[in-house]
Amino acid sequence: MFDGLQRRVVSIWFPRLASDRVLRLRPIAGPFVLTLREANAERLHCLNQAAERQGLHRGMSFADARAFCPDLQSRPADLQAEARFLHVLRRWATRYCPWVGLEGDDGLVLDITGSAHLFGGESQMLANMRQGLGRAGVAARLGLGDTRGAAWALARHGEGCAAPGAPQAALADLPVAALRLDPDLVTGLQRLGLRRIADLDATPRAPLARRFGPAPLLRLDQALGRQPEEITPLAEPPHYGVRMTLPEPIGLCDDVMAGVSRLLDQLCAKLAHHETGARSLCLTLRRVDQEARTVELRLAQPLRDAARILPLFERGVAAVEAGYGIDQLRLEAVQVERLPARQITHMEGRDDSQLDDLITRIGTRIGLENVQRFLPADSHIPERGFLISPAAYSRPEGNWSAPRPRPLVLFPPEPIAGHGPRPPARFRWRRMALSVARLCGPERIAPEWWLSDDNWRRGLRDYWQVQTHQGRRLWMFYTPQAPGWFVQGEFA
Amino acid sequence: MWWAARAACCATKPALFHRPSFTPARRAAILRAMSADSLPAFPLRPARVHEVCGAGARGFAAIAAAPMTRVLWLREAWLRETLNPVGLSAFLDPARLLVAQAADQSDLLAVAEEALRDGAVPLVVLEISAALDLREGRRLQLAAKAGGATGLCLIPEGMGSNAAETRWQAMPIHDARGCDDSTLMRWDLIKNKSGTLGAWHVRWSTEARRLDLVSPAGE
Repeated sequence: MFDGLQRRVVSIWFPRLASDRVLRLRPIAGPFVLTLREANAERLHCLNQAAERQGLHRGMSFADARAFCPDLQSRPADLQAEARFLHVLRRWATRYCPWVGLEGDDGLVLDITGSAHLFGGESQMLANMRQGLGRAGVAARLGLGDTRGAAWALARHGEGCAAPGAPQAALADLPVAALRLDPDLVTGLQRLGLRRIADLDATPRAPLARRFGPAPLLRLDQALGRQPEEITPLAEPPHYGVRMTLPEPIGLCDDVMAGVSRLLDQLCAKLAHHETGARSLCLTLRRVDQEARTVELRLAQPLRDAARILPLFERGVAAVEAGYGIDQLRLEAVQVERLPARQITHMEGRDDSQLDDLITRIGTRIGLENVQRFLPADSHIPERGFLISPAAYSRPEGNWSAPRPRPLVLFPPEPIAGHGPRPPARFRWRRMALSVARLCGPERIAPEWWLSDDNWRRGLRDYWQVQTHQGRRLWMFYTPQAPGWFVQGEFA
Repeated sequence: MWWAARAACCATKPALFHRPSFTPARRAAILRAMSADSLPAFPLRPARVHEVCGAGARGFAAIAAAPMTRVLWLREAWLRETLNPVGLSAFLDPARLLVAQAADQSDLLAVAEEALRDGAVPLVVLEISAALDLREGRRLQLAAKAGGATGLCLIPEGMGSNAAETRWQAMPIHDARGCDDSTLMRWDLIKNKSGTLGAWHVRWSTEARRLDLVSPAGE
């Protein structure tokens, strides 16, 4: 199968991955732990060496740990950041071989078959790995074996290296826990006196399978190479970047746009292949004098249509100072979103593409988040009866209804002089003398006690619709708990 | 044969209004035809930029926006007064409204010109705070003509631009007869490039979603 080459697998275990990640960014001397909230209790998630020396262990409650070790420093754990860090390490490990997979959430597995000689042999390769990880400040334990199971066992239980073709010798003295078994199963085997892998291998198979199921024998066979086990490398994330280098510098706007058009064709073909659409694009124009100018474009919807994206670049490209000329163009889709192929039917609603392009063009001028639309919200508080959300990231929705009349214009409450629970007959507002002709109210609105809102410090509000002799119809309120009169809106 | 003509009229009229392919543009055209003799310059002439001032300017804009399929409302970000979509729903569905917040008036005018020239939005409302000079007003007018969209500037009192097609003054007035549904407004057409001036008392009817002309109260 391998033309005589023996398959060789390296397993890397990071015993303190989470705390190493945090301490790399900000070194802390002394005991340090990361805590994770589980089942309503803070528990230790990962410890550094100093904390382990104090007798703390994983899964212990944080309060107990603080009692044992008063000078303990802690930080909440971030599981997503850990997973990202492990992916970074996986990408780093592809320097040793192309076939790198994840092993749980704190390990890597590398199929180094046929690539060890590039580093001068297996021991040099392992030394190189150790050196690189040590320089990066990540504690790691390495195991090398013929199978994934053997490498795993050697990494976690007795760091070492199994000679090619002789897994039994290397694994014989390791405990059965090194076979990737459930803790319950390990306890069960130990109760029978099967403590080492050699003991398990020497036991008759049929009674063992009847008693413990297929798991121990399967894992044993995988570790000893009697059953195959695959390593699944992760696919490289697609890279959405294209570039063009020119023999002679260019400087005219039309020339640059022609170059961008060619790059966009390539990029959009790539986007279409992966069924994604670009949400944000970055065009880098490198000039002859090694300076670079960037043009950023944020789109109001994911797009992969070159003919639609190209005109949106015109404004940005026109503003670029070309200097002595531009000799490299690089276009990258910085942010992409899924955009599956869609069936075009007559049942579909209006085509919004023209509006989306307009939003994009307006957004390049005033910022995409400043083009907004209203979404209904479930609250009886007038200011919170609606949400304002960027139009590029939301769809119009909901049905609006006003069970009671509401003003067309709202503003922060403006105090007016007045006493008592009835609106004053005459008052001054915005330097206008107004007199009340007709009243409608009160409508009492209570603050939402489950949210703290500084604007509602004064408590209940009694809203009145006030029609003035001068024509304006105002929305005023009285706060009975802290007496005062305010104008908050105007009807139309 | 008057009965035949009348029967034909009765047969066609409901069909015209209840046909499923009855588009908003067509409805607007019919409404315009119906109110043509009563309010000559309203609905606003399309592909032009108009101006409105006075305390009822926002109400005027909301009424002008009511038959439109989409509306872009441009305002400067520092303004304290905000549109209330719940109140606006008496005039039009707020889902059809887009609001753009510009940092200053030059950004606002640039965005307005872009939107008018594009024509994807049939009505662009601009809340402007300083007077437009002739160049700015003319540029908006040309953009509106190119894109076929209507522009409506809400201007402070007395800050009109010469390039505007029409200028209105909308003032809320006290209605002694009493109706808490909507405000009685007096609309003065104080500038009109292609027509006569005039003044009307109008009121928005929330149930019927239409503009009612009201005869002024007797002295």
